[in-house]
Amino acid sequence: MSDANQLRIIEAVSQALDEELARDDDVIVYGEDVGIDGGVFRATQGLIEDHPEQVHDSPLAEAGIIGLGIGLAATGFRPVPEIQFQSFLYQGFHQLQQHASRLRSRTRGTLSCPMTIRMPFGGGIRALEHHSDSYEAGFAHIPGLKVVVPSTPADTKGLLTAAIRDPDPVVFMEPTRLYRASSEPVPEGEYVEPLGAAAVRRTGEDLTLISWGGMVRDTLDAVEETEVSADVIDLRTISPMDIDTVVASVRKTGRCIVVHEAPRTAGMAAELVAQVTDEAFLYLEAPVERVTGYDVPVPMFAREEAYLPDTSRIVTAIERTVGF
Amino acid sequence: MPRSTTAEFTIDSIRILDKDGSADEDLVPDLTDETLIDLYRQMRRSRRLDERAIALQRRGELGTYAPAIGQEAAQVGSAAALDAGDWIVPAFREQIVYLMRGSPMHKILWYAMGMEEGAEIPEGSNLMPPSIPVGSQALHATGIGWGKALRGENAATITYFGDGATSTGDVYEALNFAGAYDAQTVFLCQNNQYAISTPRRVQTRAETLAQKAVAAGIEGIQVDGNDVLAVYVATTEALEKARNGNPVLIEAETYRRSMHTTSDDPSVYRSAEEEADWEQRDPISRFETYLRSEGVLDDNRIEEINAAIEAELADAIDRAKEGQSEIDPVDMFRHTFAEMPPVLQRQLAEYKVMRDE
Repeated sequence: MSDANQLRIIEAVSQALDEELARDDDVIVYGEDVGIDGGVFRATQGLIEDHPEQVHDSPLAEAGIIGLGIGLAATGFRPVPEIQFQSFLYQGFHQLQQHASRLRSRTRGTLSCPMTIRMPFGGGIRALEHHSDSYEAGFAHIPGLKVVVPSTPADTKGLLTAAIRDPDPVVFMEPTRLYRASSEPVPEGEYVEPLGAAAVRRTGEDLTLISWGGMVRDTLDAVEETEVSADVIDLRTISPMDIDTVVASVRKTGRCIVVHEAPRTAGMAAELVAQVTDEAFLYLEAPVERVTGYDVPVPMFAREEAYLPDTSRIVTAIERTVGF
Repeated sequence: MPRSTTAEFTIDSIRILDKDGSADEDLVPDLTDETLIDLYRQMRRSRRLDERAIALQRRGELGTYAPAIGQEAAQVGSAAALDAGDWIVPAFREQIVYLMRGSPMHKILWYAMGMEEGAEIPEGSNLMPPSIPVGSQALHATGIGWGKALRGENAATITYFGDGATSTGDVYEALNFAGAYDAQTVFLCQNNQYAISTPRRVQTRAETLAQKAVAAGIEGIQVDGNDVLAVYVATTEALEKARNGNPVLIEAETYRRSMHTTSDDPSVYRSAEEEADWEQRDPISRFETYLRSEGVLDDNRIEEINAAIEAELADAIDRAKEGQSEIDPVDMFRHTFAEMPPVLQRQLAEYKVMRDE
């Protein structure tokens, strides 16, 4: 691995797309402003010059973008549309929920939808109203859909490559606040990180913290600050989730905290708590805590710091759980 | 006759002021000098607010801001045609429309400071908050316009959206519902030639955006969106029709002279020549030339207008900053429901404990 491939998440997205476009003529990248503009975050910068037949600016219509992908996929393409912000995917939700996710099951497997829908999501970048949602739990509630959230540049490349090659539809959620946060060496050339496998970012004995996307950094910082001996699990794939890694860790530590920025009620933390209770109830020494956003519409940026979980909230939860 | 033509359509276009500011006198609406000056004043007010807001954003004092530079005639001309009882359903670039309806300027700045207070609507002002999801608001305008028809009220509704929005299902549905339900609604499409980087010709193969009305069975008309008098006339006529249950789509052809938002860099996707060409067609200088030639406006009056706008801006910026320093995060819990449910009360209590630690 050379320093030459030191990338931030935004560049890792670009590189994965570039390599998959080159590898497979059936990969089609399209969406609002993905062409000459290179995407509003520049994730697709330069791709239209290098792959003019495979990269397309689209009319402004999210339902159309996702619906078109279903048709492309049915005829053998691998569509990789970009939805400009996750909050605008709601405009195409029916196509995702009613068709993309169940084309395989409705046709008893004769047709499928190997589409990867990329989109920036989450708060923390002082964006406009309607730009900061974290709807992973909603997507995870759709059977037949995979939901992936990377938190590092290397994972971004490996997981996006895996998503594009996956035979089923994948919602690929890119945390905006991490796009340019830091860089790391990313493997050059072919690099696939399998979907459905969590990553253990730190290992310890007394506590398990589970997080993903924009919250992983704060979770690691909180562990650092409290000096607790903890496993920190980056879930990476929200659905189907790697429950074995979670359960093994909780059985070892006996304590668990889930951190996410989405609202608490019916958030992914609730599902994790349920599964931990199913599989590790007799090992638990404290209630499983949730550190999450509140059950309010994600506020505009003047109040987003108060809304988003941060290190101090996680530290408080750690102290409470460990001291239980 | 197995094959025949069963429908044909044409699209009219209105222009009153030429690019050099000379007018077609037969078409000039009968407006008082004070009304004419007010149209000019509102356009200047919009322009200066945008210029100051961009500067404030560049200094980090505002978040992302969507300026309307170049589109002032389309916005001011249409808003000036409304009665106070008519509803307004804006997109996210119609700052001046809020101001013309009496919303104070510091609220525009609050919205750009990421404060929900900026989207708060003055009681009884018949305004909807800004709508960022493109095109989604058009249906609300049809709903309001239908509601007015159901109640037998005379008020009309106007909604604003751009060329990009005409590709969305929501806008097609809004036009179709409006026709089907005789909604008292005017759809004002500001075709500013770009949806962020995507030019109008990539957006659709349709020759005009106005003709999108045809499929819904409603009237569509084009207007020179940089001609404030033409926009005023077209909107006045459309509102009259709408009050009688005949919705209208107006395509105001204009140009977004600045960026999509302060996050955007137009030099990536369009040429300096094109921008210079549209600068020649600027709506404010065109109208100013006309008003001067008519003897309605002179240097003194312009100076007065500008001074008043600068004073309003300075005051708005002060008030916005003052409000910003007083924001209470607890407010985010307050307006989710009419009555706060127990689960949220507990979260609010948790929040307060955390804040006070």
